[in-house]
Amino acid sequence: MKYTAQDFKSNQEVRWCPGCGDHAVLASLQRALPEVSEALNYAKERYVFVSGIGCSSRLPYYMNTYGFHSIHGRATAISTGMKVANPTLTIWQATGDGDALAIGGNHFIHAIRRNIDINIVLFNNQIYGLTKGQYSPTSKLGMITKTSPYGTVEHPFNPGALVLGARGTFFARSLDSELKLNQEILLASAKHDGTSVTEMLVNCMIFNDGAHGVISDREHRADRTIVLRHGEPMIYGKNRDKGLILDGMQIKSVTIGENGITEKDLLVHDAHNPNIGIHSMLVDMKYPELPVALGIIRDVEDKTYDDNVRDQVIDVQEHSPIHSVDELLRSGATWEVK
Amino acid sequence: MQHKVIDAQDVVIRFAGDSGDGMQLTGTLFADASALYGNEISTFPDYPAEIRAPQGTVSGVSGFQVHVGSVEVNTPGDLCDVLVAMNPAALKANAKWAKPTATIIVDADAFDEKGLEKAAFATNDPIRELKIEDRNIILAPITSLTKESLKDSGLDAKSIVRSKNMFTLGMCYFMFNRPMEYTFEYLERKFKKKPQLIETNKKVLKDGFNYASNIHAIANTYTIKPAKQEKGLYRNINGNQATAWGLLAASEKSGRPLFCGSYPITPATAILEELAIHKELGAKTLQCEDEIAGICTSIGAAYAGSFAVTTTSGPGLSLKSEALGLAMITELPLVIVDVQRSGPSTGIPTKTEQTDLNQALYGRNGECPIMVMAAHSPSHCFDAAFYAGKYAMEHMMPVILLTEGFLGNGSEPWRIPSMKDYPAIVPPIITECEGAYKPFERDEVRFARKWALPGTPGLEHRVGGLEKNPAGVISSDPLNHEMMVAARAEKVARVANFIPELQVIGEDQADVLLVGWGGTFGHLYSAVKELQAAGKSVSLAHFDYINPLPKNTAEVFARYKKILVCELNCGQFANYLRAKLPQFQYEQCNKIQGQPFIVKDILDAVDKLF
Repeated sequence: MKYTAQDFKSNQEVRWCPGCGDHAVLASLQRALPEVSEALNYAKERYVFVSGIGCSSRLPYYMNTYGFHSIHGRATAISTGMKVANPTLTIWQATGDGDALAIGGNHFIHAIRRNIDINIVLFNNQIYGLTKGQYSPTSKLGMITKTSPYGTVEHPFNPGALVLGARGTFFARSLDSELKLNQEILLASAKHDGTSVTEMLVNCMIFNDGAHGVISDREHRADRTIVLRHGEPMIYGKNRDKGLILDGMQIKSVTIGENGITEKDLLVHDAHNPNIGIHSMLVDMKYPELPVALGIIRDVEDKTYDDNVRDQVIDVQEHSPIHSVDELLRSGATWEVK
Repeated sequence: MQHKVIDAQDVVIRFAGDSGDGMQLTGTLFADASALYGNEISTFPDYPAEIRAPQGTVSGVSGFQVHVGSVEVNTPGDLCDVLVAMNPAALKANAKWAKPTATIIVDADAFDEKGLEKAAFATNDPIRELKIEDRNIILAPITSLTKESLKDSGLDAKSIVRSKNMFTLGMCYFMFNRPMEYTFEYLERKFKKKPQLIETNKKVLKDGFNYASNIHAIANTYTIKPAKQEKGLYRNINGNQATAWGLLAASEKSGRPLFCGSYPITPATAILEELAIHKELGAKTLQCEDEIAGICTSIGAAYAGSFAVTTTSGPGLSLKSEALGLAMITELPLVIVDVQRSGPSTGIPTKTEQTDLNQALYGRNGECPIMVMAAHSPSHCFDAAFYAGKYAMEHMMPVILLTEGFLGNGSEPWRIPSMKDYPAIVPPIITECEGAYKPFERDEVRFARKWALPGTPGLEHRVGGLEKNPAGVISSDPLNHEMMVAARAEKVARVANFIPELQVIGEDQADVLLVGWGGTFGHLYSAVKELQAAGKSVSLAHFDYINPLPKNTAEVFARYKKILVCELNCGQFANYLRAKLPQFQYEQCNKIQGQPFIVKDILDAVDKLF
């Protein structure tokens, strides 16, 4: 199927604030979907965009596809029902840190546990934007917001850790402005069978400007993040001279050429390893101790829930003597009145 | 003693024991054997919330009442002719349900000092304490006889004692001249993989039967001839099973695959369990992480083109309220089954009530009218579920079907219908259109929108919880909102053009019109028949459709001098009628004890009006 980004743009006016990171994610999606369609032979009518409530959840209106803008926190449950009902649909879910991890936390972890074949794009701006600036489950400890005027006293969630904790099969992370990387990740998430979670670190200009500034700032980005690619050694830095090694039970940053370290000593990224050990460490990496991991951190194969449901139905249909409601009503103990 | 065989028209038997004594199974087997024999039956399981409540105590007593007749049987019966009490607590809790002429069978072995103490009897003579000396009391050492019966079986001591319910059942089979073959067949099916248990259970059943015939303590045995039933094939069915099958029938008729997202909750769980079995009919069931996911997965499935249902009980419906509003504003077909139980909050979860009517009618934010229907008997749950599906899909809207614990767990014989006698279900699915598809454009007759399924080229559109204009574009325009609110309400109101008119049982004009809805039908019907036989001028109007009301409701009400609304709540339907049809005066008969009416409740209430 041949499409252009234009084919996925709806005629609705995009109403996010100027400069909001969501614009870049929307553009990434609209650019990625023609590639997805071509790679997987998906016609446009097979796409459904589902969302909950929040700034990012407006996204379905901007896509010229089927869409469902639902209620706060419930997008994951709605996506789940859609996919199980019709596994030929390709379901994309736009959600935020409040929507997916606070009010919708339960549905989020259970969809991942079941491995429903849906693509979740989690817009993480570490703030409630639509309600005008309250802290979210990903806001940093101590953050001052309207509902935490003296600073929050609660620890944030790390979305990747939740995904791994629920034995998720796909987790990736990117920055709103990394359009190329975003496209690469979104294509991989579409190809992945099972729940894929892509955490997009987005900037909220109005209520949490610069939340990701330390790592997203153009000048330092290369030194403070690492883009992981399966099968490649973990190298980063403006000069491509830094790398990650395993030092005992810990990941450590090293400089290539110092202390006898060569490229051969570096960890090689294995996104397909079912063991969550190293993936966990990668997901947890924080600046300044370590670079923040971007790219596809985990991408492992497993059977999906929707496939299992469909297979079970087919299996039971093959073996059951009942093929209609009339036969069902007459099955088991009955008696005749003459 | 002279043994007499009495030809009885109808008999009520109540089995009561500790919640681990297997009384539900014993009662069910007795009811099934009677139904298969050709009797009319009606059953009423009455059990505590705890799986194993404190052993031997009154709070842990589990009961099962069955009404068997050679004549029409419409209720599980008020008082019983035979009471089986497996321990002192069961006797204490149930003696009040025994007729003055009743036979009471007790397990004498359980009436030791410890047993009496657990049941909190003050003396060593429970019979006198309960003032039931004049009943025909049969003290049978059931536990020791069961042990004796199985002493060479090789079963362990625990399993042997657990078989005592079969001994009791055998005694009852003798008393009521029931054939044992149906129960043998059940045991053979149930223990296919444990043949030893087939033999031991059969032996205990037969030994119980023989014991009862040998002791000569049972003065009278009964025969209850097969009822004169309409010709046809019959089966026994309970309300939850009938609900599940009715939903499957609606799926088959509409060609829309069934999807049920649900969360386990008493007493609705059996519907989900039943649907989960029937994958052969294409049903997909999803046991969700919570009640909210139950309805939300179903809404997703409805958008994707399934016949979507979600099943729950009172507190679960509360949790689903917000999503119900979403289903209503997105105008997607969805059936919500609420098997009502005693509330508020967790209430008395295993007991029956009709207290969710207000919640079903009004429990949402915004202007959000929803069609509300009710089932009136266990087997009627089939038709009610089928039509709930038909209206949901053809009118593109959520429909709430209210049943009750009393109906869900209760069972009765059912003349098996043929699906060819049911109407077609034709959802307004659109596959192409000229120009842009407008999701909220309506047809003139039903005022329903068209259903465009994802996967259909050219019909891409967005729905959601935000107010839209008919073209499907978000709109906060004041007049558009008012128009859309009115249109959605009009769609529900127009269902009145499609539902049957209200039928009256009895005279077209009378002094009193009894009004009921839902599971009270059997008791109201029995009361009306009794009152009419006594020459009283009383008729009955029973509502299967609550919102909208049948079109002729006011016309019917106008023909009666007094209207008595009977329901198992504090007057929710009466108040609804006061709001809808304020020109009439409504008297009330209410009961809020977690128990169904007994016919006498209604008779007493009517008496007060004359």
